[in-house]
Amino acid sequence: MSFRATSRELGEVTVIDMDGRITLGEGSNLLRDLVREKLSTGHRKILLNLAGIVYIDSTGLGELVSAYRFLKSEGGELKLLNVNKKVTDLLQITKLYTVFDIHSNEEHAIGSFHS
Amino acid sequence: MPSKPQRMEVVLETLIESIALAEEVGVRMAAAAGFGEDDQYKIGLALHEGVMNAFQYGNQQRRERKIHVIFELLEEKLVIHVVDQGAGFRLEDVPDPRENENVLEDSGRGVLLMKAFMDEVDVLSSAAGGAEVVMAKHRKR
Repeated sequence: MSFRATSRELGEVTVIDMDGRITLGEGSNLLRDLVREKLSTGHRKILLNLAGIVYIDSTGLGELVSAYRFLKSEGGELKLLNVNKKVTDLLQITKLYTVFDIHSNEEHAIGSFHS
Repeated sequence: MPSKPQRMEVVLETLIESIALAEEVGVRMAAAAGFGEDDQYKIGLALHEGVMNAFQYGNQQRRERKIHVIFELLEEKLVIHVVDQGAGFRLEDVPDPRENENVLEDSGRGVLLMKAFMDEVDVLSSAAGGAEVVMAKHRKR
């Protein structure tokens, strides 16, 4: 199952809904391009909805970190939504669970961004 | 009576597609060896990381170099060797990505995931001088 991402705007927050695998190559490159494109058009608050992500490797984890760091350096915020058990395990093993603000409810996630 | 060890070797080109291919073979081997779905996923991801490491860092994405993946199914464990044709590396030289100064790095988590998902992980120097990542998952009885 290849990577697919679509975005929608909810107020000031851009939600990126993702499906498939985030791995070296297509998935990680597409995610990087999408986050940079959003930032270049003034969208600095990004919520990555991982509900449809079935697999992620260390490169995919690195891409999440890169997006987080990139947005932060530009005064933006990146948060995660609907992280499944497999991805949660990876975030815990790598200690990235302490880096990301992770939500399971979209409304609460949207409300948690700084105004 | 103990079953006879089984061995299979797959030789891959240094292509990005080889990563998913090796993972798929690994998952099938794990299933055939009687590992459950959770362990199949863990073995597949560890192998994915091993071959990705060989593709990127060992063989430097040079297509003419080969990646050898060897599966050994023993009575007590499944052993997987990933051999590249690079310069080799030492396990103790790999920084811990969980340390505060590394946690926001883009890369460097592959070895940690292999260690987390397999029961044994070691890095040897192959006969040709490249890295030989050896990992094993114990079979439950």
